[in-house]
Amino acid sequence: MVSSITRLAAGLLALAGAAATSLSGTAQAQTSVKIGYAISRTGPGAGGVAVTTLPNYEMWVKEVNAAGGLKLGDKRVPIEVVEYDDRSSAEEAARALERLITQDKVDFILPPWGTGLNLAIGPILNKAGYPHLAATAVTDRAPELAKRWPNSFWLLGTSAGAANTLVELLVKLRGEGKIGDTVAMVSIADGFGIDLSGAARPALTKARFKLVYDKSYPVGTQDLSPIINDVKGLNPDVFIAFSYPPDTLGITEQSRIAGFNPKIFYTGVGTAFPLFKQKFGANAEGVMGIGGWSGDSPAIKDYLARHKASAKGAEPDRWASAVTYASLQMLQQAIERVGKIDRAAVIKDLQTGTFDTVIGKVKMENNMPTRFWWVGQWQDGEFYGVGPSTNEGARAPILPKPAWKAM
Amino acid sequence: MMTRSDVSIVVAALAGVAVLALVPVMVDAYYLSLAISLLQFTVLATAWGMFSGPTRYVSLATTAFFGVGAYTVAVLGEVLAWPLVLAVAAVLGALMAAVVGLSTLRLSGVHFVIFTFGLAELVRQIVVWYEVNVTRVLGRYVFVDITQKDIYWQLLGLAVAVFLTGWLIARSRLGFALRIIGEDEVVARHCGINVTVAKVALFTISATFMTLVGALMSPRWTYIEPSIAFNATISFQVVVMALLGGAHRLWGPALGAVPLTLLFEFLSARFPATSTLIMGVVFLLIVYALPAGVVGLWERLKAWRPARRDTSGAKA
Amino acid sequence: MTNAILTGLVLGGMYALIAMGLTLQYGVARIMNLSYGEFLIAAAFASYWLFTGWAVNPLLGLLLVVPVSFGVSLALYRVLLTPLVRRARNRDALEVDSILATFGMMFIVQGIMLTLFGGAYFSYSFLAIPIHALGEILALNRLIAFGLSVVVGLALYLALTRTRLGTAIRAVAVDPNAAQLVAINVVRTSALAFALGGALVAAAGGLISMFLTFSATSGVVFTMKALIVVVMGGVGNLLGCLVAGLLLGLSEALVATFIDPGLTLAVNFALFLGVLLVKPAGLFGRAQR
Repeated sequence: MVSSITRLAAGLLALAGAAATSLSGTAQAQTSVKIGYAISRTGPGAGGVAVTTLPNYEMWVKEVNAAGGLKLGDKRVPIEVVEYDDRSSAEEAARALERLITQDKVDFILPPWGTGLNLAIGPILNKAGYPHLAATAVTDRAPELAKRWPNSFWLLGTSAGAANTLVELLVKLRGEGKIGDTVAMVSIADGFGIDLSGAARPALTKARFKLVYDKSYPVGTQDLSPIINDVKGLNPDVFIAFSYPPDTLGITEQSRIAGFNPKIFYTGVGTAFPLFKQKFGANAEGVMGIGGWSGDSPAIKDYLARHKASAKGAEPDRWASAVTYASLQMLQQAIERVGKIDRAAVIKDLQTGTFDTVIGKVKMENNMPTRFWWVGQWQDGEFYGVGPSTNEGARAPILPKPAWKAM
Repeated sequence: MMTRSDVSIVVAALAGVAVLALVPVMVDAYYLSLAISLLQFTVLATAWGMFSGPTRYVSLATTAFFGVGAYTVAVLGEVLAWPLVLAVAAVLGALMAAVVGLSTLRLSGVHFVIFTFGLAELVRQIVVWYEVNVTRVLGRYVFVDITQKDIYWQLLGLAVAVFLTGWLIARSRLGFALRIIGEDEVVARHCGINVTVAKVALFTISATFMTLVGALMSPRWTYIEPSIAFNATISFQVVVMALLGGAHRLWGPALGAVPLTLLFEFLSARFPATSTLIMGVVFLLIVYALPAGVVGLWERLKAWRPARRDTSGAKA
Repeated sequence: MTNAILTGLVLGGMYALIAMGLTLQYGVARIMNLSYGEFLIAAAFASYWLFTGWAVNPLLGLLLVVPVSFGVSLALYRVLLTPLVRRARNRDALEVDSILATFGMMFIVQGIMLTLFGGAYFSYSFLAIPIHALGEILALNRLIAFGLSVVVGLALYLALTRTRLGTAIRAVAVDPNAAQLVAINVVRTSALAFALGGALVAAAGGLISMFLTFSATSGVVFTMKALIVVVMGGVGNLLGCLVAGLLLGLSEALVATFIDPGLTLAVNFALFLGVLLVKPAGLFGRAQR
């Protein structure tokens, strides 16, 4: 018995020793560019990471290395990846990043998924002088944060942008006589839903829409039928749900079952997921949601094909995926233009340069792109961007939404 | 009166604290944040063990108090002076614990577990509802002027305080009463011990420390939202750490908190894709190999030497 | 009003269904199973896999998933949990050990699912057909889950109260030591109860996969919901489980309809805490000591 205890103690010691050596890491000659990321492999954020972030990071690294690596000056240097799991926790994410910076001494860091985590690590990346290309964060504080942390770039825009674009589209459609002026709105009681409904509420009132229903529901609600039934009874022209993926699917399913079919049916995160199309098939037709992309552009078609080849047939989502990939292209182009590992110069280039990406030419102003897709719609099995209608490649929305089909 | 060994323990403890206080000036940002993590869980687990060890109540409310502390800072951090903020947090935590303790401590062990978990969720839901309907923003930004080093030193101070408190309680009438309650509550009642007062007092002290940890930690993140502040996994981690270390000794929970924090860190760094699976296996191995926690192992090792010579002294 | 009550009942039935397995595992076998939700999700994944890969109707798939889960749970109890039961000196010690062991198991099952399926959300549509009942519209798949939970709950309740084996199980739930005195094989009965709980959780997982979106990491939500229902109803009592589940579902639907959907979960917890304050052992539980 005692010997087993001593063995165990020895094993634990060895484990601690291994931990210590692995923590200290080893310095390396510049034969590779070290790129690190800490993302949510587990925890509540894992669902978003698995669809939007990880496939794009992996695909980009694969593609760059297949081409010989990043072009630094006249030679190509392959990418070496250091990856951690932040377990969807702000504390873990902060510590993992500090480890990437001080222990692994990575050259560049790719951001985590989601608004909360990107905000939590903002000061760390800022202090260490790493570029921070937040491709999955939507926050109204983005312009202010970009001033506070000049190394941070907020590629997905502000919730006010999302809400205002949606309302502008509604105003236009009402002007064309396609919809009336009653709106029902529900939102998830989480950062995303509250920000968006908070921005949409005054915009709708200002545009003289009648807000007949305006409620929030907590994260983890498993049956949304009471809400759908209430809303159905009010018979609004427009239904807006600022929801998360599980609820987006639940709300859509429940609306179909209850036969609630408003002229405009708009749902939140998850509408742009391939899962949505897979689950609802022909019933996805006409559903609007946050995001969208120029589905007809050759760059996007090519991206879709490469993504499917890289991710074992999985498709990207039609919102933040392409933006995430574009952020990696921007980082790559900035690094290659600078021609060496000079993070300050790369940040400068990101602030001022023009980039050729899958989502078109991007030139940032005040650390934010000038063009976003905010409203998309499923049309013939593709989630096309329909708003802002001034965007290149914007499709005209199909109205009214076709009736649900029996399955 | 202090015995000689007491004196040497005090001297050793003082020296240890002095060394630990020098850590931030010697290490880089990563080790500093690892040290902060270690201290955070040490204080939480020790505070947890302080109440749950003697009473054998498994509480899952850690995150409720932690979150209240963190939120107090998020709300008042830019309005009040820092010590005042901490004081408000401590008072809030203590008040909440006293109310909860008075209403729940008559529940039997099994139900107390779930009750405390429900409490953590209830507090979180209420905060969410309030933010959504009253302030209309969910998620607050904490821009206070506190460095990582400050956080470390404050946590270290708190760790010293929690051990000192635990040590004092063990030597007081309260500690004696608690030990009797832990052995047999009926006997304790018959001895004239006011069981409820003793339990509530201890629960409140323990919860105050947890609240303070939350308050001290929150400047580490720029952004606080309920899912960050009221993270249920913290409750579970603390329970598991304390139980693994051995909750019936004051220093037991720390012996679980330190190795487990390091283990989690090591696994999530070394095996990011499969860390969950490996963590599970390692965890089971520990559970089966250390039936009485780290403290139990230590006590068995200590008991082993004299037991060879003195056959009558062997005790289970 | 009828609408809120109907959706509430259906939702409550689902809660009860989710919790029934745990009430057996926790109430009889004395295993506070923290990996319970992971088993539920595993069953949901199995149903998903059978449905999308092999076009097996999820209801038929239960015929495969439920026995497999019964077997796996039995093996788990025999191999992993029996040593803990044997070394535990009293109920408190077993509770601590089972929390620690099933916490590890939770990681393992979740890790396996993450390796097999990744972290993405999964969802499919099956029997998502509107049914008109009492002038209201309900989804057929939810209705089936509700019906099955009532049938299973009542059947098991009757089996536990009317049969010899059921009486043995209840005896173990009340007092394992005394049960031994009347020639009940406590270890075997506990193993059976644990495995039965495993079978029930698989049934719940298969049924809810028809209408809920799930991912490899969403198990813990269900563990919590189940724990709340179990404790509220009285640990080890199936009827209590059913009543508590229905109460929670009803309160959720009524609050969402008449007060504010934002308060549903808060009211659920308040209701739960309230019940415990009035009846510390749960609605149908007997007081201990």
